[in-house]
Amino acid sequence: MSDEYEHKLEAKSDYVSDASSGTSASDIDKLPPAELPDQELYHSHSWWTTYVFSQDAKYIGVQYACTAIGTGILGLVLSWLMRLQIAFPGLGLLEPSAYYQFVTMHGMIMVIYLLTALFLGGFGNFLIPLMCGSRDMAFPYVNMVSYWMFLVAVLVLLSSFFVPGGPTGAGWTLYPPQAITSGTPGHNMGIILMLVSLVLFVAGFTMGGLNYIVTVLQLRTRGMTLMRLPLTVWGIFVATILALLAFPALLVGGLMMTLDGLLGTSFFMPVIVSMGEQLKYEGGSPILFQHLFWFFGHPEVYIVALPAFGIVSDLISIHARKNIFGYRMMVWAIVGIGALSFFVWAHHMYVAGMNPWFGFFFATTTLIIAVPTAIKVYNWILTLWRGNIQLSLPMLFSLGFIVTFLNGGLTGLFLGNVTVDVPLSDTYFVVAHFHMVMGIAPVLVVFGAIYHWYPLITGRMLNETLGKIHFWITFVGSYAIYFPMHYQGFIGVPRRYFEIYDSPYIETSTMGLNVFITVAALIVGAAQLLFIYNLISSARLGKKAERNPWKANSLEWQTPEMPPAHGNWGKEMPKVYRWPYDYSVPGAKEDYIPQNVAPSAVTEAKVEKS
Amino acid sequence: MAVAIVILLIALGSIAFHFWSPWWWTPIASNWQGMDDTILLTFWITGFVFVAICAFVAYCVWKYRYQKNRIAEYKPEDKKLETRLILITTLGVIALLAPGLLVWNNYISVPDNAYKVEVVAYQWGWKFRLPGKDGVLGKTDIKLINDENPFGLNLEDSYGKDDLLVDEGELHLLLDRPVKFELRAIDVLHNFYVPQFRGKMDMVPGMITYYWITPTRIGEFEILCAEYCGTGHYAMRGLVIVDKEKEYNKWEAKQITFDKMFAKNKNNKNLQLAKNTK
Amino acid sequence: MNKFFKTLAEKPWEESQAKIDNEHLGKTLSLSKYKLGLRTIMVVSTIIFSFFIIAYADRMLIHDWRSMPEPWLLWANTGILILSSIMFHLTKIASDRQHNDKIKKGLYLIGFLAYTFLFSQLLVWYQLLNSGYYAATNPANAFFYLFTALHGLHLIGGLYFLGRTTSKFLRNNSKVQEIQHTIELCAIYWHFLLAVWIVLFGLMLFT
Repeated sequence: MSDEYEHKLEAKSDYVSDASSGTSASDIDKLPPAELPDQELYHSHSWWTTYVFSQDAKYIGVQYACTAIGTGILGLVLSWLMRLQIAFPGLGLLEPSAYYQFVTMHGMIMVIYLLTALFLGGFGNFLIPLMCGSRDMAFPYVNMVSYWMFLVAVLVLLSSFFVPGGPTGAGWTLYPPQAITSGTPGHNMGIILMLVSLVLFVAGFTMGGLNYIVTVLQLRTRGMTLMRLPLTVWGIFVATILALLAFPALLVGGLMMTLDGLLGTSFFMPVIVSMGEQLKYEGGSPILFQHLFWFFGHPEVYIVALPAFGIVSDLISIHARKNIFGYRMMVWAIVGIGALSFFVWAHHMYVAGMNPWFGFFFATTTLIIAVPTAIKVYNWILTLWRGNIQLSLPMLFSLGFIVTFLNGGLTGLFLGNVTVDVPLSDTYFVVAHFHMVMGIAPVLVVFGAIYHWYPLITGRMLNETLGKIHFWITFVGSYAIYFPMHYQGFIGVPRRYFEIYDSPYIETSTMGLNVFITVAALIVGAAQLLFIYNLISSARLGKKAERNPWKANSLEWQTPEMPPAHGNWGKEMPKVYRWPYDYSVPGAKEDYIPQNVAPSAVTEAKVEKS
Repeated sequence: MAVAIVILLIALGSIAFHFWSPWWWTPIASNWQGMDDTILLTFWITGFVFVAICAFVAYCVWKYRYQKNRIAEYKPEDKKLETRLILITTLGVIALLAPGLLVWNNYISVPDNAYKVEVVAYQWGWKFRLPGKDGVLGKTDIKLINDENPFGLNLEDSYGKDDLLVDEGELHLLLDRPVKFELRAIDVLHNFYVPQFRGKMDMVPGMITYYWITPTRIGEFEILCAEYCGTGHYAMRGLVIVDKEKEYNKWEAKQITFDKMFAKNKNNKNLQLAKNTK
Repeated sequence: MNKFFKTLAEKPWEESQAKIDNEHLGKTLSLSKYKLGLRTIMVVSTIIFSFFIIAYADRMLIHDWRSMPEPWLLWANTGILILSSIMFHLTKIASDRQHNDKIKKGLYLIGFLAYTFLFSQLLVWYQLLNSGYYAATNPANAFFYLFTALHGLHLIGGLYFLGRTTSKFLRNNSKVQEIQHTIELCAIYWHFLLAVWIVLFGLMLFT
């Protein structure tokens, strides 16, 4: 009954007067068209409800992106301070407690508040309705609330800088018991605020995730099957499913740790003698927290990686004017990686003291997950093969992604193999690995994606010269930062060390390496300021973009106006006739055929049977 | 063109760096050569993949650079190629995993003739305990830790009376004899790591974790805590000295037993003053 | 599940597949978006509670576990929840038959029951805290407060939507169609919370 009600509202969103489709499930066509607005779009009437409390997913996406990037810049600055301390300890720039607080905030900000928020909240909100062919997200009001919850979460996190004791310095992994005992900075208010912020974040992202799932599953336009969706949507969609299933683990761990800290419960706290006195805890298990945290933590890295995979597939395909190679396998790989990601978490705990037999199991699952990931890499490079490659900025960043992700993914094979993890765990090898594979590769995709979709969002192009400088410094510079760092790990230099100081076996040249890495990091950091400047100035002064400047097929470029207006499609919803990868179709006049172009318009194109 | 060259340079440069940079692992001092060997095998396989794929990308970027009259190939799928690639990748993965799991099996199976040494970690230093003449370590409990009984030994357990307590963060080990480290922490997570020994394992309060090694080289090696444990994490250093039997026995003889230390603490005037029991 | 695998095996670029796909209406499941949204929320909640239950099961094996007392109020509250679910069922039937009066009474009663439940839960907390059963005293206590707090928060969330439904109904001169589906959704959610409560309560009873 309620379904019928639904259909009444959405009748207008289905293409009613198509002559050919009088058959199959077209009872909808027989229903009288509903009055406006279809799809329950909220039409704002004041400046506040248009630009601030907007319920339009495009605005919400931009809000998410700006907040995420702003927070990310803070995370970047923190990393400069950390690197300066490591390379020039003589300067006495930071106290150990401040150093560890920065390490923690840097990590949490970058992983959660920048990458997750940007990929899911930023790109997800902007691109999902457009690429699916709908007017907006399924629940626009809830979507709006989700952004404001995110903002509040960020503010709560930042407020921890200003409380007595400062922010938590427990490391982004927030392991108990040290997170709430006196040897760690911020063990009073700092950790509580961090946990509260995370709880708010999870609540907000559940609301957002709800929207992405329901919109992708139920609000696509006529003719848009799941297998006609661009890989960008697949990446973000599966990542959202992962988020909905994995964030609860973080929530649970966070709530229990909050109670341990505030009320003195012992969920994670065993008997402890801290700084000479017996604490009142007993019976809890620190390893339980680690299980909960990494059950969330490992899918989390795929929540960041899968959207990047999806987006880069589209960028490569569009800018090489060639269909993505092996689309079906790509979809299977995304789904497979997503599913498998729930079975590998304890590879973060090989040396945590859990039952050693688990090591066999998790090493096996971890190396299995390498297979679908490798397939994706093969398919990206096979898309380049026999393509027609434009070295535009999005393509440059995509190439940078392939190189850095390849490197980072391969070093993951070292760490996943349990016995190799024993000497390398908790050393700079791990730091180098996860920065390469989470920090550099997906961020290169973010840059490529912004250069690609900027014209859609603003109607103008980003400055290409600045972009090229930005690309080269970032790509080569980041590689120079993190590749040598692996070798520090081989020496055995542990991570989360404020200072190495006089160690009889660590050669002084390692300190030289530290200086090199820091200088490279500062240069790469400076290049990002160029990018920010480009972002801001091009919004007013950038070259005006023509419609569909990259000649792409996916629906987001086919709106009647660019940037798309409220409601995206004007009076008539689009109708989809093909998958998004009809590039260089033999016989076709142009080297691209947008998804909403009817077969009658391209009769000369001969699609190959596979 | 420039892009292709840079990608190639990155791949080749990485190889060059690997072979010619001065930064390589510390010379091994234990029996865990297997870990090093597995790492080398991984380097060969992943190194080959890295160079091959980078070279392929560089080639494509050069050969298929945009030309107005070029038409890209339209090929949605190639089942044969994809299947072959999956197969090769799976074989590669198995080639990495198999030796790795073998070595891991050795790592978690302590040989019967290994002698036990307890390592106690605290914020921020190291203490050790040897089983003494009876060869058995006495039971401990964190609840029992106090000023007189800093190791928290159970007074009712007779095995503990002759345990040797080493308080100064310097441990001696016997050359060529397998030793099992029983690892304890009394406050937060720590990790007993000596880079030259290659082994490591977290120490969790409330649990006893372990790993074992056989030192194969005389020398002095630094202990580095390898699990974040608060502001003093980086300063939590200690020393492990591998001795031949004679020197080891000399050192062992100098260590105090629990019995003696407990009695000394009971009579320690300063402690009594501090605890108001004088 | 099968349908899922079949979908992923489609070849969207083939002409024959394209012809089929062109007719597709853009929906994968035959659910309203609201029902799908609710189901998603229920899945997420279930996972959250499951993790807590796993932690509970793990912890109760440690020797220092002491069961909590069972105030009779908890049984009364269980009864209130069962009553609420029954009322929802009746109200839903009334909404199908468009008996406006019954709907109004039903909604009010359910709201009243919900508030009573929450108040009564707080009363249980007050009783236990007064008797010295603090959260930090024993892990069983900690879990009890945690479970009841989370369940209560979920109920408050549901109350928000119930409130909106009720006020919408009253504002629009009792036009049933507007809120028929919301009543159904709230009913499902309430049944879900009842199930969660039974599992949690039962778990705590038997350990």
